Amino acid sequence: MDPALDVPRPHAAAADTGTARPLADPASAAQPARATGFRTLLYKEVLRFWKVSFQTIGAPVLTSVLYLLVFGHVLEAHVEAFPGVTYTAFLIPGLVMMSVLQNAFANSSSSLIQSKITGNLVFVLLPPISHGEFFAAYAIASIVRGVMVGVGVLVVTVWFAPLTVRAPLWILVFGLGGAALLGVLGLIAGIVSDKFDQLAAFQNFIIMPATFLSGVFYSVKGLPPFWLAVSHLNPFFYMIDGFRYGFFAQSDVSPWLSLCVVLSALVVVTGIALRMLSMGYKIRH
Amino acid sequence: MSPAAIQVFDLCKNYPGVVALDNVSLRIEAGEFFGLLGPNGAGKTTLISIVAGLTRASSGHALVMGHDVVGDYRAARRALGVVPQELVFDPFFSVRETLRIQSGYFGLHRNDDWIDEVIANLDLSGKADANMRSLSGGMKRRVLVAQALVHKPPVIVLDEPTAGVDVELRQTLWQFVRSLNQKGHTVVLTTHYLEEAQELCSRIAMLKGGRLIALDQTRNLLRRLSGVRMSMRVAGDLPSEVAVHLAERSGDHVVLRLAGVGDVEPMLACLRQAGCIIEDLEVGHADLEDVFVQLMSEGRRDRLAA
Repeated sequence: MDPALDVPRPHAAAADTGTARPLADPASAAQPARATGFRTLLYKEVLRFWKVSFQTIGAPVLTSVLYLLVFGHVLEAHVEAFPGVTYTAFLIPGLVMMSVLQNAFANSSSSLIQSKITGNLVFVLLPPISHGEFFAAYAIASIVRGVMVGVGVLVVTVWFAPLTVRAPLWILVFGLGGAALLGVLGLIAGIVSDKFDQLAAFQNFIIMPATFLSGVFYSVKGLPPFWLAVSHLNPFFYMIDGFRYGFFAQSDVSPWLSLCVVLSALVVVTGIALRMLSMGYKIRH
Repeated sequence: MSPAAIQVFDLCKNYPGVVALDNVSLRIEAGEFFGLLGPNGAGKTTLISIVAGLTRASSGHALVMGHDVVGDYRAARRALGVVPQELVFDPFFSVRETLRIQSGYFGLHRNDDWIDEVIANLDLSGKADANMRSLSGGMKRRVLVAQALVHKPPVIVLDEPTAGVDVELRQTLWQFVRSLNQKGHTVVLTTHYLEEAQELCSRIAMLKGGRLIALDQTRNLLRRLSGVRMSMRVAGDLPSEVAVHLAERSGDHVVLRLAGVGDVEPMLACLRQAGCIIEDLEVGHADLEDVFVQLMSEGRRDRLAA
């Protein structure tokens, strides 16, 4: 073995400048660039789910198609949620949004808990990556996964019913906003959980009920007054309702109200996540 | 004065019910090969974790190449390469992907020449495109070393790098690390193998119960225990003249510590008179293990006396 490593003697190099020390071999002396750390972490997070895309994108798309086939077939003749909109057409945006939300949550939370449990999170904690960059990389990768699954579900289900697109900007705003919110929630769940079953509890007892009871499969207008009030306390309801408005220009509440709720929720969870990361809560303990 | 490679001031770390580090101050000069020794739970990994920014100190502060590990963490982390104790890896990636990603985390985008060099130096060329999952433990250890070097850090910390590693890799690793030190890298090593520390490290710190109990040149530590060490297997009860020199005993294996070579013959005479049969005998100078055992047991005696 030829240990011909070419590194200057430490005292020979400028030390207190705060920049990287000059390296002896200029050919390999790529100057560290601040943005590269963040970009690499984002790239790694996207590559991580892309390498198992059959499971992370293919499977949720199939699940949504099954929902559409079963519920669409059974309820098509019985339910008309909005005037002039068939039940299957009504269901499609709900399923798209549900997939976006669940997969955005799954991405950041499962990536983080896996890295924590296997210990390889240390590779991200040792480099000069700030907590803001860490946050942004995990959140954006979750948005990317959520949007990819959402587009996949839309592309596959759009053939089952005539779907209109009345306000595409609202679709974009709620799609991205919802993915961001759930991506950040997933990050918090991943930080707080120490074990896989704790994370599964988050997913099964909070995220799943909140999405199922948010009006994915029905219009909340048909609910008894008590459950209507409960639905209005569920932020997931506003995401799905606002998203649906983009397709039909009809919704249970105003999209502006939904936007306010989603943005407020996003600000709150972002604040919590950034605070946890800057304190090193459960990560740099 | 050029900055120290690592400097820690009054470092304390408390976990609920446990004091992991108790007021540790330490300066490791640039270019040193430094050993950090101590039994399990002594605080070695906690100290390294604070220096690496993986753990926040309860009080006190730490500098790497003059950069505060909290206030100026970017510069401090760029100056430091850490080989963690656990054999961790990311199962999604190949060896080369792992190294490229690690390099990118440090802000180095086009670093393939250096990555190739590290891969070659650690005999990983044949496995460069293999998935991390498929590697043996020894190979994974080499990748961990490579990951710590992707950004050419002036200071390298190896936390128990030879735990569970076969003899061949251990030799390769030491040769490599020694050459890094000769090229000017500061190397900080924790190990359970005291003969490795004795052979490699020019200066040693010993931790116990979170406190620094010794910090000196390796040769000065060895000099502390003047005299000779007489190790033997004896059948029969030791006479009291011999037993007063007892340093260690396990079963019929006893170790005596004597003031000089001149004391060896009277001991043998005593044993012969008492009818003891000596089955195996070795006389030598004190080694680091003796120093270690003595320092650790001194602490125990202090505690008992208190």
